Amino acid sequence: MRSKDIWLGVAAALLLAVFFSPFASQSPDGLERVAEDQEFLEKGEGRPAVSAPVPDYVVPGVKNESAATSLAGALGVVVVFAAGYGLASLLKKRG
Amino acid sequence: MHIPDGFLSPPVWTSGWAATAAFLGLSVYKTRQFLQEKMVPLMGVMCAFIFAAQMLNFPIMGGTSGHLLGGVLAAVLLGPWAASLVLACVLVIQCLVFQDGGLFVLGANIFNMAVMGTLGGYGLFRILFRLMPSSGGFTAAVAVAAWFSVVLASASCAIELALSGTARFGAVFAAMVGVHALIGIGEAFITMLVVEFVVKARPDLVYGLRAKNLS
Repeated sequence: MRSKDIWLGVAAALLLAVFFSPFASQSPDGLERVAEDQEFLEKGEGRPAVSAPVPDYVVPGVKNESAATSLAGALGVVVVFAAGYGLASLLKKRG
Repeated sequence: MHIPDGFLSPPVWTSGWAATAAFLGLSVYKTRQFLQEKMVPLMGVMCAFIFAAQMLNFPIMGGTSGHLLGGVLAAVLLGPWAASLVLACVLVIQCLVFQDGGLFVLGANIFNMAVMGTLGGYGLFRILFRLMPSSGGFTAAVAVAAWFSVVLASASCAIELALSGTARFGAVFAAMVGVHALIGIGEAFITMLVVEFVVKARPDLVYGLRAKNLS
């Protein structure tokens, strides 16, 4: 994949994550909705097993919630790209 | 569809880990056999794109939202095995960095979305494309398989919830499959759009185009 295409792909992902994520629907997703309706949602509300740095896609300490979401999106795109690239590099056919 | 800790019982989430380990082991084995240098950055880009797209919840009816799963999208571009690893990679990071999905139940989440959704969805794509090996058939196969992948993943999730005693099977299965049948329409649409774009721009990057010839 040419360099230009990689940057284009990552730019597209960043665009989605940074500009569009603050506008995403806030309604509960399918599973959450079913959990609410069938009254088992509270089973999932205990203390989390690991303390994640950016819980719920909102960077802590950033006052503006849209900005916090956008920043989380940008961070995630970069981390996930690196992880995927790294994993693929480890797995690629040799010689 | 990211299950939080607490929804599944220990026997169920343990089985989720076991099944995921088995399938991902197979995926690693298969991926190593064919992953060329030029696909390495594409895997990174797929991870990034799917992560971003999964942040974009779209409303469906009744005060509920859905988001892209991306399993069939990744599989049609990268092949099913690499795609399952892409999805797994995204899910792991979503869990560890963003607390999206529980840690104990991560195996089950990966199983539902990266194995059932991705491998299962691609399986249907292959069957359909073989039956309709034209360019229209390709598009239809992609769309139907994408829809199916979401429904299948949700069915798997519903079964896990029922086996865990968290919900009654009949009610949770019907509800999960019902709402995800709607969400799947969004998945089909988005998957089709993106795949068609790549087919026009870089058909050499589309693994699924060669699927009708594979035995």
